[in-house]
Amino acid sequence: MPTPRELEMNRRDLMVVAGACAAFSTTAAGARAQPAPVGKPVLSEVSFTVNGRSHKLELDTRTTLLDALREQLHLTGTKKGCDHGQCGACTVLVDGQRINSCLTLAIMNAGAEITTIEGLGGVDNLHPMQAAFVKHDGFQCGYCTPGQICSGVAVLDEIKAGIPSHVSADLTGAMAPTEAEIRERMSGNICRCGAYSNIVEAMTEVAGRQG
Amino acid sequence: MKFDKPATDNPIDRLQVVGQPHDRIDGARKVTGAARYAYEQHDVVANQAYGHVLGAGIAKGRITSIELDAARNAPGVLAVVTAREAGDLKKGPRNTARLLAGPEVEHYHQAVALVVAESFEQARAAASLIKVEYAAAQGAFDLKAAKDKAAKPTGNDPSLDDTHVGDFAGAFASASVSLDETYTTPDESHAMMEPHATLAAWEGDKLTLWTANQMVAWGVTDMATTLGIPKQNIRIVSPFIGGGFGGKLFLRADVLLAALGARLAKRPVKVALTRPLMINNTTHRPATIQRIRLGATKEGKITAIGHESWSGDLKGGGPEVAVQQTRLLYAGANRMTAMRLAELDLPEGNAMRAPGEAPGLMALEMAMDEMAEKLGMDPIAFRLLNDTQVDPEKPKRPFSMRRFDECFRVGAERFGWSRRAEQPGRMREGNWLIGLGVAAAFRNNLVMKSGARVSLDAKGIVTVETDMTDIGTGSYTIIGQTAAEMLGVDLDKVVVKLGDSAFPVSAGSGGQWGGNSSTAGVYAACVKLREAVAQKLGINSNEAVFTGGEVKAGNRSLSLASAAEAGSLTAEDTIEYGDLDETHQQSTFGAHFVEVGVDAATAETRVRRMLAVCAAGRILNPKTARSQVIGAMTMGVGAALMEELAVDKRRGFFVNHDLASYEVPVHADIPHQEVVFLDETDPMSSPMKAKGVGELGICGVGAAVANAVYNATGVRVRDYPLTLDKLLARMPDAA
Amino acid sequence: MRAFSYEKASSPAEAAAAAARSPDAKFIAGGTNLLDLMKLQIEAPTHLIDVNGLGIDKIEPSSDGGLRIGALVRNTALAVDERVRRDYAVLSRALLAGASGQLRNRATTAGNLLQRTRCPYFYDTAQPCNKRQPGSGCSALGGFSRQLGVVGISDACIATHPSDMAVAMRALDATVETVKPDRSTRSIPVAELHRLPGKTPHVETVLDQGELITAVTLPKPVGGTQIYRKVRDRASYAFALVSVAAIVQRDGSGRIALGGVAPKPWRVETAEAELPRGAKAAAEAILADAKPTHENAFKLPLIERTLGAVLTQARG
Repeated sequence: MPTPRELEMNRRDLMVVAGACAAFSTTAAGARAQPAPVGKPVLSEVSFTVNGRSHKLELDTRTTLLDALREQLHLTGTKKGCDHGQCGACTVLVDGQRINSCLTLAIMNAGAEITTIEGLGGVDNLHPMQAAFVKHDGFQCGYCTPGQICSGVAVLDEIKAGIPSHVSADLTGAMAPTEAEIRERMSGNICRCGAYSNIVEAMTEVAGRQG
Repeated sequence: MKFDKPATDNPIDRLQVVGQPHDRIDGARKVTGAARYAYEQHDVVANQAYGHVLGAGIAKGRITSIELDAARNAPGVLAVVTAREAGDLKKGPRNTARLLAGPEVEHYHQAVALVVAESFEQARAAASLIKVEYAAAQGAFDLKAAKDKAAKPTGNDPSLDDTHVGDFAGAFASASVSLDETYTTPDESHAMMEPHATLAAWEGDKLTLWTANQMVAWGVTDMATTLGIPKQNIRIVSPFIGGGFGGKLFLRADVLLAALGARLAKRPVKVALTRPLMINNTTHRPATIQRIRLGATKEGKITAIGHESWSGDLKGGGPEVAVQQTRLLYAGANRMTAMRLAELDLPEGNAMRAPGEAPGLMALEMAMDEMAEKLGMDPIAFRLLNDTQVDPEKPKRPFSMRRFDECFRVGAERFGWSRRAEQPGRMREGNWLIGLGVAAAFRNNLVMKSGARVSLDAKGIVTVETDMTDIGTGSYTIIGQTAAEMLGVDLDKVVVKLGDSAFPVSAGSGGQWGGNSSTAGVYAACVKLREAVAQKLGINSNEAVFTGGEVKAGNRSLSLASAAEAGSLTAEDTIEYGDLDETHQQSTFGAHFVEVGVDAATAETRVRRMLAVCAAGRILNPKTARSQVIGAMTMGVGAALMEELAVDKRRGFFVNHDLASYEVPVHADIPHQEVVFLDETDPMSSPMKAKGVGELGICGVGAAVANAVYNATGVRVRDYPLTLDKLLARMPDAA
Repeated sequence: MRAFSYEKASSPAEAAAAAARSPDAKFIAGGTNLLDLMKLQIEAPTHLIDVNGLGIDKIEPSSDGGLRIGALVRNTALAVDERVRRDYAVLSRALLAGASGQLRNRATTAGNLLQRTRCPYFYDTAQPCNKRQPGSGCSALGGFSRQLGVVGISDACIATHPSDMAVAMRALDATVETVKPDRSTRSIPVAELHRLPGKTPHVETVLDQGELITAVTLPKPVGGTQIYRKVRDRASYAFALVSVAAIVQRDGSGRIALGGVAPKPWRVETAEAELPRGAKAAAEAILADAKPTHENAFKLPLIERTLGAVLTQARG
């Protein structure tokens, strides 16, 4: 269920923040900047598309894509599990590729097309991967789940595109969505509840339907 | 409702909804990101500020100075909280260490300060400007070194006492075949995916906490104690919890500091512990050293069984109760158990999934495997020969139900146990040495008082409210199924609301008691609601049959909704238990089967197949119960093969305090997992006739893996985890 | 994380010049290691120069029959490149053995080479670490050192370089191309890019302030059987305990580079003459100067056994 907020609203929220800190300096991306005085936040503008809606944000340069999604756009489906690229809960699709949104700055993603779990499908119109996760109980606490699903969608695309993995016997041959391939490729998404066996079943079903 | 006699037939037995593998009713919300966790409640209160916690840089000692000006003056900063600003804080009874250090530091990464700022980035940056000077004190950080100074646990808990039955020493000394080995298990971390997180908001003297907490009522009580304010002034809301495993049973620093920060900043404040802080700041499963002695006749009858365990904790803490299953699992006339507790200055040890049994069975069930080999017996046959239907310490006290043997027989058949080579190191596929292992699963079934409120509206919608939590366990779904079954409606006519201290107090999520106890509480409330409905409809409640959205009695049939035409009907009740768990030992049982491959060259172990057969009373939802078990099996693989908090014994902390260096299993580590539930009901446990499974699933897994590694390689490693470095030197030649 | 200003550079030379202007500046490419470290205040630049838009993200044939890999080529793109898969399989394999799919989609070739150690004490700012804070001491010596280095290390630092990719590049005799703030360029063999810690473990490479890696070149293909064997506790998404990059020819000669054991990809060319005599002889020669700790001494037999398995596999 995409709940993107309008640009005006985002701007207004940010202005609340900005109003409380008198000492912001603004640097437009692309311009050459002087080193910041120690400690003073630097604001920078960035535009990108999230789940089909374009957003223009003025952000503290330090803001990760993950925090921009969660704290500015309130797209909290994307989770912060570790904030250090060690768990995969923050996985989103950027220009069709899965990445850890915690390890990229929002301002580095100017012009990008970002898809989050909210963009895949909502409660009343589940994406086939979301539906398969429900059917196969591919989650328990649900916290790693959006990342697993985003990753799962990308993994099937990667296999179709012929991208090999660590467990591919032949680097140059055709790739197939075997259980071993799915397990290896999904290994950047940790599930401490241990739903792995069910996630593989869910993905196998979706892969089978895709043919 | 008092449950003090074995359950007889009741509406749950119809199993129209209960017992069915329904998808989770909160599933769609979780897979779409619509389920909101503690840190994500951005619309419940306006003007939220961000808190960032600074942890202590020493394990033990005093803060001699703390320089806050730079942080206070940093851009965006609203407040800085330290012990000085916090004022007088008490300590809740369930916390061993205080949640905020100063001037004393009790463990590494104990919270020293909270910086509150307009943004997350500003709070984090300002926290790094705080300069803390410490006077470090000598501490004890090495369990092995402190073992000889370990003492009997103090306090009034009889379950921590030494036990003696018969003449253990004599029987052990004279046994035909005996084993005396020492096993170790490491400190482990819950490492749940959602960090501890809280949003705190004050309205006058009323405090609302949106947090991630398994035990809402404990949280309220302990927070009231800590702050010295009335319980009624605190509300905890915890609708979704991103994993707990015991790590979110208790009040933690995020809750306290968010509340203190919000008070000082006069703004709602949200705080999440950072991942690198979590491991040392919160609790962990303590390491153990366990000595097991077994004596048996040549035929394999156990005559002596002894289990001692040493663990450590901060002063005032408790032991890891690793011996408790040994009192009940196997027969044997002469027995002893003992626990000794060393005072260590490592972070606080506390409950983690199946506290006691998880590490206890890692040792006991490896010892059983070793003993079977000494006896020249199949490990399953040895276990079944020593099966018991009564409490071995009190032979007049039977188990309420114990189908231990069937778990092994069903499992052996299904897993192909007969293919196991009796001699280790004999099965090989290419570069892989193959081994099969088995171990018993055992965990007591605890019953806990649990309340719920159920209401019916004019549209026929049934709403259940209880402060029970769903930490991934499936509480939403089984509670919904229970209410649907009791009131004869489809599951989609039930709304389940959980995790709010405004609701009746439940059992909460812990000790695998939550599923059975919380649904029993809902059952009790539904019985009352059924009476209210019958009365409203002018039907004798004893004759009323609730089915298909109707209430039938004799040849009368009225719609359930019509009972609420004139206004909603609400009933509230609490299930309370008599002494059935004293007259009868209630436990859950299982058998774990594991096949591993061990790389002949590198000694890397990879699990190839897993099966668990469980006997755990009525399974309320086979789909979610199975998930509980496979998840626990996964955690058990981690414990067996990789999980270990590395202790720096000089500086007193867990060094590998992030998810890159504290390795937990990933997808590639876990094969397809199979689970079989024996079809059973246990009328002693509750009107639901169910028991817990969430912890049973981890019990014994580690030993099954270790026994499989031994079967593959012939190398016995008694120190968990079984990393390749421990196998390598004794591995057969690779070629 | 300290506040920083941010610019997108428009050419490699300008990026280098910009870095020279700000002593606290850092280049940011994939960000997968730098941001991780900035969040912990281990790296604290006040200015970031985003080099993602420089157009140095292509893989092209080089004049001598090899490949020229742009510094910004993502790890996935490099692993997937048909020429790499066919002619430099050890590199493709090493990349695919590293990190996760998500990280490989962002991590870059140059960033991978320049990633910093995963020593847990380096990662904990409350602990002494000569690499992070020169002169403060090494906590790993006498501490938790299971993952750390056994060779090429010093009394000041026993950290390892965590890359898989770099190990394969070392076996392939790759060369790094750079541009300096004064617009001069130079080529540095990967073998010489990383410095051993000695008394200055904080100085990790031979690069000057502001010097930007623009490409990595691979010499023309050498054929042979190419294997990358990574040994780790869990099956994926973990750093190597040890790894072996091997290129073995039909006549039994070959090249061996090791990961997970040293402050840089570890290769001892003179030891490769021992390869026909087997893994034991070769491993002993490669690790002749090893000084393991009590906790990581297992890496020596592990390397020998792993190398043995790799050679067996290579000989088919």
